[in-house]
Amino acid sequence: MSATETSTKGPAATGRGASPALRAQHVLHEHPWVSPLVLLVLSIVVFTSLNPDFAQPRAISLLLQQTAVIAALGVGQTLIIITGGIDLSVGAAAILACMSSALLSSQHGVPAPAAILIGVLIGALCGLVNGALVSRINLPPFIVTLGTLSIFTAITLMLTGGSTVQGSKMPGAMTAAGTRVPLFGLDLNVGIIVVAVLYLAVGYALGFTAWGRRVFAVGDAPEAARLAGISVSRVRLSVYIVAGVIYGIAAWVLIGRAGAASPNGVVDANLASITAVVIGGTSLFGGRGGVIGTVLGALIVQSFAIGLTLVGLDDEYRVLAVGVLVIAAVAADQWIRKVRS
Amino acid sequence: MTESTRRPVLSARGIRKTFGRVVGLDGVDLDVFPGEVLAIIGDNGAGKSTLIQCLTGALVPDGGTLELDGTPVSFRRPQDAKDVGIETVYQSLAMSPALDIATNMFLGREIRRPGPLGSVFRLLDTKAMREKSMAAVQQLGIRTIQNPGQRVETLSGGQRQAIAVARAAAFGSKLVVLDEPTAALGVRESGLVLDAIKALRDRGLPVILISHNMPHVWEIADRIHIQRLGRCAGVITSSSHDMTQGVAIMTGAATL
Ligand SMILES: Nc1ncnc2c1ncn2[C@@H]1O[C@H](COP(=O)(O)OP(=O)(O)OP(=O)(O)O)[C@@H](O)[C@H]1O
Ligand SMILES: [Mg+2]
Repeated sequence: MSATETSTKGPAATGRGASPALRAQHVLHEHPWVSPLVLLVLSIVVFTSLNPDFAQPRAISLLLQQTAVIAALGVGQTLIIITGGIDLSVGAAAILACMSSALLSSQHGVPAPAAILIGVLIGALCGLVNGALVSRINLPPFIVTLGTLSIFTAITLMLTGGSTVQGSKMPGAMTAAGTRVPLFGLDLNVGIIVVAVLYLAVGYALGFTAWGRRVFAVGDAPEAARLAGISVSRVRLSVYIVAGVIYGIAAWVLIGRAGAASPNGVVDANLASITAVVIGGTSLFGGRGGVIGTVLGALIVQSFAIGLTLVGLDDEYRVLAVGVLVIAAVAADQWIRKVRS
Repeated sequence: MTESTRRPVLSARGIRKTFGRVVGLDGVDLDVFPGEVLAIIGDNGAGKSTLIQCLTGALVPDGGTLELDGTPVSFRRPQDAKDVGIETVYQSLAMSPALDIATNMFLGREIRRPGPLGSVFRLLDTKAMREKSMAAVQQLGIRTIQNPGQRVETLSGGQRQAIAVARAAAFGSKLVVLDEPTAALGVRESGLVLDAIKALRDRGLPVILISHNMPHVWEIADRIHIQRLGRCAGVITSSSHDMTQGVAIMTGAATL
């Protein structure tokens, strides 16, 4: 953009005299979740008008059930992307946690609560490994997590030999996340509620605690954060560990959802979670975004899947639509970021 | 009191800092005494910013010693210097553009709500931080900033600088260090910053001021440290030397 255009940004852009485009840009900049919300509402309206079944409780329940796991992984992914990082090992870490707790409870007689806790700890350990390499040795997150993606996957295969652990072989609590919970006329389950609580907790921590402010500061301008007295590496490390804990919880939700623990449980988790984050308005450059956008982003992707199926189109169209959306979302982010002088 | 009997607040000896093959500082001594404004002048690249970064924990010097009130200290991180009451406005301003004014002011020293909301739930006291930020800005006399919830990226360069100065003035309790704090400011705002510096000095707080504005320096500084090619070319006062003489030493046309 030209220099004159940039120079008109700033406080003046928010004033009454500003053009509608500038004002829209400003609103989106202040509230990154607005565009995914509009998009979700649009997709619901369009799909419902094409096929009224889409607005039925059955379809909505299915939408929520299918979104839960990716939405949960997306919380961790969001935190990491806000710090300017990325996590390609998200799916691999979740599966490692998932298979470890499944094996412990099915073959080694470990009680379910302990096995679930160990799963969460394994998630945290995966996060610790990523976080330590990123924050202490200053390796790029993309490379670190590309490496740990392979490492975690390999460890999982060594542990399991590639075989699935059926839900019937595990104590009941291992699959309890799949327990049905009828609520508001919808067919929800325990996993969905756990994920909702996860969102509330992380949304609160990001928006209303010093830790959250520091996570944004570190992603936005790490050197400024350092000079302000913040330990950038400690904040980064904490984010990767928290993300790992979330993956461990998501692993339990996954077992409940699938009714089994499979090494191929969430093959598309990496791209799906990054897609949800990006469509949700969180900037891949760090410092801007939030978890509300991510759940909206995950819901958008899944609503396309269900909506296109109801309309009678094949899955290729969903894949195509998601691709277009991701590029559009990143383009929108670039445009929104120009508010900066 | 004479200079020889006064004890410096901060005293640096033989500070050295190299960047690869570039020698940033080549053994610099510096003293700041209670209640004085010490100006640092020098050409671009003379090592002024590097020097104050070494004094405030932003850089760790390769050699040399630091004493605070006569006690040896070493600052490994900016937080170490903040912990003892040294506040700095860095040349880069060190602000997070995406965060608002109040959040930036209180970054690293956030205020939490009283009671269990703060201690257990870690809930930030946004209202208190915004009020205190506004108070700090108004204390400086800046009138163009109305909303402490405004994002820093929407502020003008001068407004950002004013916020950074207000932050340092509000939290400094031992020493305030300002690296070109008026570079982006208008005439009125520069005057306000100079007034703020005088107010800090009147409170007994020493100030280190880096500036390229010689009239400002000669107006306000009690002593002037001249930095040249990574070394200290001498320390003068506004009465011992006039501006022309000072600039001559600074550029190497004269020596002390
Ligand atoms: N991070 C760095 N890496 C490499 N060289 C550096 C770095 N910081 C400073 N230098 C070099 O050290 C020397 C002193 O720089 P410094 O920033 O201290 O100058 P200055 O006196 O503050 O100049 P100015 O008036 O332009 O702000 C310069 O030669 C500069 O190039
Ligand atoms: Mg400088």
